[in-house]
Amino acid sequence: MPPVNDKTLTLHSVSKSFVSGRAITHAVKNVTFSIKPGHITALVGPDGAGKTTLLRLAAGLLLPDSGTVSVFSLDSDKQSEQIRHLIGYMPQRFGLYEDLSVIENLNLYADLHQLAEKDRQQRFIQLTKMSGLSPFNNRLAGQLSGGMKQKLGLACTLLSQPRLLLLDEPSVGVDPLSRRELWRIIEQQMEQNGMTVLMSTAYMDEAERCSEVILMDAGECLQKNTPDFFKHKMLGLCFAARADKQSNRQLQLYLSQQDEFIDAIIQGDDVHVVMQQGATLENIAGIQFESIEPRLEDAFIALLKSRYKSAVQAPAALAQAGASIVTEDIIQVDRVDRWFGQFQAVKALSFTVKRGEIFGLLGANGAGKTTTFRMLCGLLPVSNGQLSVAGIDLRTAAAKARARIGYMSQKFSLYSHLSVRQNLVFFSSAYGLRNSRQQQRVKWALQFYELEPYSDTNSGDLPLGYKQRLAMACALMHEPEILFLDEPTSGVDPLARREFWMRTNQLAATGVTVLVTTHFMEEAEYCDRLIIMVEGDILTMGTPAEIKRQAQSENRQEPTMEDAFIHLVTQQAQQ
Amino acid sequence: MKSQMRLKGLIYKEFLQIWRDPSSLAIAFVLPVFLLLLFGYGVSLDAKHVPIGWVIEKPTASTSSFSNAFAHSDYFESTFFADMEDAEFALQARKINAIIHLREDFSRQLFKPQPAAIQIIVDGVDANTARLISGYIQGTWSQWLNQKAELRGTPLQQPVIADHRIWYNSAVLSKDYLIPGLIAVIMTLIGALLTALVFAREWERGTMESLLATPISTQEILLGKLIPYYLLGMGGLLLSIAMAVFLFQVPLRGSFWVLLFTGSLFLFVALGMGLLISIVAKNQFVAGQIAIIITFLPAFIMSGFIFDISSMPEAIQGLTYLIGARYFVAILQTVFLTGNVWAVILPNSLALLVMALIFFTLAARKAPRRLE
Repeated sequence: MPPVNDKTLTLHSVSKSFVSGRAITHAVKNVTFSIKPGHITALVGPDGAGKTTLLRLAAGLLLPDSGTVSVFSLDSDKQSEQIRHLIGYMPQRFGLYEDLSVIENLNLYADLHQLAEKDRQQRFIQLTKMSGLSPFNNRLAGQLSGGMKQKLGLACTLLSQPRLLLLDEPSVGVDPLSRRELWRIIEQQMEQNGMTVLMSTAYMDEAERCSEVILMDAGECLQKNTPDFFKHKMLGLCFAARADKQSNRQLQLYLSQQDEFIDAIIQGDDVHVVMQQGATLENIAGIQFESIEPRLEDAFIALLKSRYKSAVQAPAALAQAGASIVTEDIIQVDRVDRWFGQFQAVKALSFTVKRGEIFGLLGANGAGKTTTFRMLCGLLPVSNGQLSVAGIDLRTAAAKARARIGYMSQKFSLYSHLSVRQNLVFFSSAYGLRNSRQQQRVKWALQFYELEPYSDTNSGDLPLGYKQRLAMACALMHEPEILFLDEPTSGVDPLARREFWMRTNQLAATGVTVLVTTHFMEEAEYCDRLIIMVEGDILTMGTPAEIKRQAQSENRQEPTMEDAFIHLVTQQAQQ
Repeated sequence: MKSQMRLKGLIYKEFLQIWRDPSSLAIAFVLPVFLLLLFGYGVSLDAKHVPIGWVIEKPTASTSSFSNAFAHSDYFESTFFADMEDAEFALQARKINAIIHLREDFSRQLFKPQPAAIQIIVDGVDANTARLISGYIQGTWSQWLNQKAELRGTPLQQPVIADHRIWYNSAVLSKDYLIPGLIAVIMTLIGALLTALVFAREWERGTMESLLATPISTQEILLGKLIPYYLLGMGGLLLSIAMAVFLFQVPLRGSFWVLLFTGSLFLFVALGMGLLISIVAKNQFVAGQIAIIITFLPAFIMSGFIFDISSMPEAIQGLTYLIGARYFVAILQTVFLTGNVWAVILPNSLALLVMALIFFTLAARKAPRRLE
């Protein structure tokens, strides 16, 4: 066994760049840090910050161009063989063999780590029990839910009892319940074996639970410190704002246009704002500010926004819309069922959506969100029940309804070899736009989504956040009344997510109805109303505040949306 | 001892995957059987039961004796027409492949110093079949003339009488040389195409990244793929030999063990190519395209399996030396139909060995231990 010491992972002026064609990407630039043994360190930063590259460097899967990476004082280049016995690495898409059963996957990784036969059974039982996988031992990995797959991936990585665990976004696309279990498994392993963990994450609440946080941006390591240190810097800068006469959305829009504030998001019944360092809170008539505890996310946004001063600016163009909206039901869903063979994906679903509303569909993978969406867009017929969109019955005139809706699919269906402008022109002509009207819409899209600097870039070469903007612009070319967004923010960092919601809010304020699916529970806060789906059924429906109130208890005064979700799911399971 | 556990785990995993994945099973078992059945029963380069039309202007004893000579042959089906117009119409409609036209002076002219000419019209759309038909008809014609002459006691005046015999495949059955050659195609399919595809799948599904992070060595990764697909390929070889010998009655005149040994050599060439492709192509679509273009199609077209190499243009002939299947097809056809002709087996085996070594050295050198 190679030596284990306190120098768990040390990077010394590490740089790494990739060449593709003529373009060079500097993924990691001159990064130096070491992590605390026996603790969890979080790696956070926007998309393309270099988190995955950094983890791969640490795992010895990539070699640095310059600088050194060492694990327990072993060099990642020369002593990689020894390092591999000490680490466990779980890539973003954990490579489970989907055509192998749970137990076969475990056996394979046990063989690869040369786990002795006698230790094996005990370890399997321990890990499957801990992850709740024991009832599914003989199920093929491909037939597990997203959360289960992730837990199995973690179990395979933990088989060898690694001394250093490297996790790349382990909880993306995982429902809150499974996410909690993942954490429990990791913490248990740390207690038992004194394991050290480095994980990248897009969830700030997750980073907040770690001992230290490393903030990365554009390949650089900006800061490394405890979550408390980051939060401490924001003391006195965070407020919950409330207005008597304005809706939260109007208030948020107003506040985000003020120079004093870096950030404004809707959080439950209030608007959560972060003030610029050094600014003073002036009395604004009709708005009450209440000082609140800063969160890590506030520090994150503040640090990143100071680097990109002009990047996120709310366009002031939006007029005082929103007041004159008639409250008619634009979508009516009445006892809709959908069967796939013997499997019922959607069960007697009923809800209505009003014009200009942002309506959310939340739920874990496989809850029936995408099926519901496809039925609403007329892409999939209903098995039973009534469905009308913009007053049109989808059973009889799906094509007619489709002209009035815009749809953005999970995978951003763009033509990667066409430029941004060519994509816009193509999609607008697909919707029948011609000549000056087409030119006008393309110009609008480039402006509204700030895509002008990229208009001649191939869409395949855009950063993820820009791809998402372009996909949304394409769905809006024909000025639909209803916009369907399927997981628009999955894999997108907090900064880009904010931008996305800001623009979506503006659209809603002009009377566009927005339906959105997400598995980010915190995003539910942006919705006017939402439903939470579990196994094709509606678990609960209401405004974010109403739903959260259901989980209120003595020792939890202010439950988050995630708390509410877990509370409701477990409550249902108990019944 | 310990590293055997890793290798054993990988091989076991590979077999589970092959067994559970319908597309692997199809390439490994269904496609070979399908190809063998197709080439054994369906495709034939022989002319048999060729429909021909007769136009006999003045039936006599001679004309009926002559047409009878055709009636007893396996190669032809005769139809009689009243005049040329009808016959030509049938030829156009592709109901018959050839017309034999006997003029009214046929019997009279028969044994004149200048023997009566018969008119043969052959549908030349399919050049290969046309050549075969005209050859068969001429053969039958001269045979019949000889018999007639002997009966009259005046041997036909012919300067040289060619007495030709066909050796090794005396019945001239095309299936007897197609099926041995097909074995090379089938083993290319399993060795190169399937191996390239399953390797690419590991990259595509992200399982390779997880594998590389474990204490596994490059050799183990390569062996973990080589061993299962070697076994599978040898299974394909045995299946093909069994079907050839027992189902299609292809004679196996050489040694079974020579087949097995040279088959192994060829399989190494195919596996080596499969591994090399997988290092270049990291998604299944590209891997499949490359494998079909640089291994499967050449094995089909340029190996001498269907098309004779010596009748190809010289530049193309030169190219065939780069194709492993060429050497194996030569061995297969010789061992099946002629026997253990070492003058053929040894140089071709040597060529296969050299190719296998080159491919393996390249694959081992280029095999990834990291992500780039």
